[in-house]
Amino acid sequence: MSDVSTKMSSRETPVPGAAPIQLVGLHKRFGDNHVLKGIDLTVDKGEVVCVIGPSGSGKSTLLRSVNLLEWPSDGKVLIEGIDIQDPDVNLDRIRTRIGMVFQSFNLFPHMTVLRNVTIAQEKVLHRSAAQAKSVALDMLERVGLSDKADAHPSQLSGGQQQRVAIARSLSMNPDMMLFDEPTSALDPELVGEVLEVMRGLAAEGMTMMVVTHEMGFAREVGHRVIFMDDGVIVEQGAPSEVLGSPRQPRTQAFLSKVL
Amino acid sequence: MTLTDIRPTVRRRIARVGSYALFVVIAIIVALTANWPQIGRTFFNWSVAAQLWPGILRAAANTVLYTLLSFVVGLLLAVVFALMKMSKGPFKWFAVVYIELFRGVPALLTIFMMALAVPIAFKFKFPGGTVGGGLVGLILVTSAYTAEIIRAGIVAVPQGQREAARSLGMSHLRTTVTVILPQAFRIVIPPLTNEIVMLLKDTSLLGVVGATMMSKELTLFGRDGLTTYGNSTPLIVAAVFYLIITIPLTYVVARLEKRMAVKR
Repeated sequence: MSDVSTKMSSRETPVPGAAPIQLVGLHKRFGDNHVLKGIDLTVDKGEVVCVIGPSGSGKSTLLRSVNLLEWPSDGKVLIEGIDIQDPDVNLDRIRTRIGMVFQSFNLFPHMTVLRNVTIAQEKVLHRSAAQAKSVALDMLERVGLSDKADAHPSQLSGGQQQRVAIARSLSMNPDMMLFDEPTSALDPELVGEVLEVMRGLAAEGMTMMVVTHEMGFAREVGHRVIFMDDGVIVEQGAPSEVLGSPRQPRTQAFLSKVL
Repeated sequence: MTLTDIRPTVRRRIARVGSYALFVVIAIIVALTANWPQIGRTFFNWSVAAQLWPGILRAAANTVLYTLLSFVVGLLLAVVFALMKMSKGPFKWFAVVYIELFRGVPALLTIFMMALAVPIAFKFKFPGGTVGGGLVGLILVTSAYTAEIIRAGIVAVPQGQREAARSLGMSHLRTTVTVILPQAFRIVIPPLTNEIVMLLKDTSLLGVVGATMMSKELTLFGRDGLTTYGNSTPLIVAAVFYLIITIPLTYVVARLEKRMAVKR
């Protein structure tokens, strides 16, 4: 099977000192629909960037461009200094370093929780079964779910499923994490447990890009807040500035509706 | 008192009793007017039935063997063709033509073609002679139908599953094998059951290309019995054997499906 090799070729080696994520002049069109209209964005190591904005503003598409789930129509995506659209770069290899958490969890329903967390370690990183299991149990412990290792995803609450999804991503030892509205599909009382895990990650210095509607989280955990509308970054800055005293009328209008 | 004055529950009970009564009346009329001795002699002749033993076992075993063989090989081909049809480029068009061809042409014609025409034209023999050739024809037909079933199953797996797998660094092929296909199979168990039952019955088409004593399946066995004994009992016996195979099969699959549903 054409899994990525354990050997890292020089093309996938991070450039020393390069920012984890750098997007340059990014455009995305779906047919006539121009979703991203020239995005320039750099996320520094250890930085937590929260992306907010109305639905249809392009924030999810932006996030999904970072690991090329969406292929940009124009512009560059640099991950740790590497142009990952280069056909000679092993994209699968790069993706192991970019954890991603989805709104709908996307756990593999036909596998146990433990298998969900070990499968990619074994099949992609070629870790031994014992090693993968030990890493998986550590990660499940970290999200508070070590007692659910043998359960199937359908037996878990939404909040538990999302924590397993985070553990699954972390088991690959990623250098950065992408969160695509991780709490939007959750019942209100389950949001807190997921945000708590994310807060812990941020405190440990994980580089994070978070598309969210949780303004409280953005204010408290985010180092920078980006407000997007109609495919462009309208305003960005420290959470206290963007959320507290927005300068742009569009930001003010959006915040007046959601706060 | 009109009909509408009766309470709905009572009315429903009267309707149910009425339909059972009608059924009983029809059964009595049939029982009284039917020519039972004639029916018994023609279809349920025990002395004829006894002579079918134990040859019928060989025929039933052949039917099961032909069904399983064509189902398993057909399923493997079907997965390949389903993936080809979902790919881009020349493979896609090859799969499209293959599927349309063998779904659109009668199974019987394909069987004749593979059992008789192709070996003569190219001067070679399939292993197993005409029955072997007929089996190849049956495999071509079932793989075309099954490919569409598998494809429907793959399409039904949520897109997020593929995205999650790819974002963990799994390759396209690894994702398909590890994440997509196992879920697709669970989704298509009911139509696959349908297909295997259809296939079981379609093995009867193999009878038309001729078979030896050892390679006969149930329907040909029944028909040969019909000519040998000048009596229809062998057909009834063959029918009973089909049911003995299909009904437990459907039951087992229903159980399997329930077990998988719990896991999901």
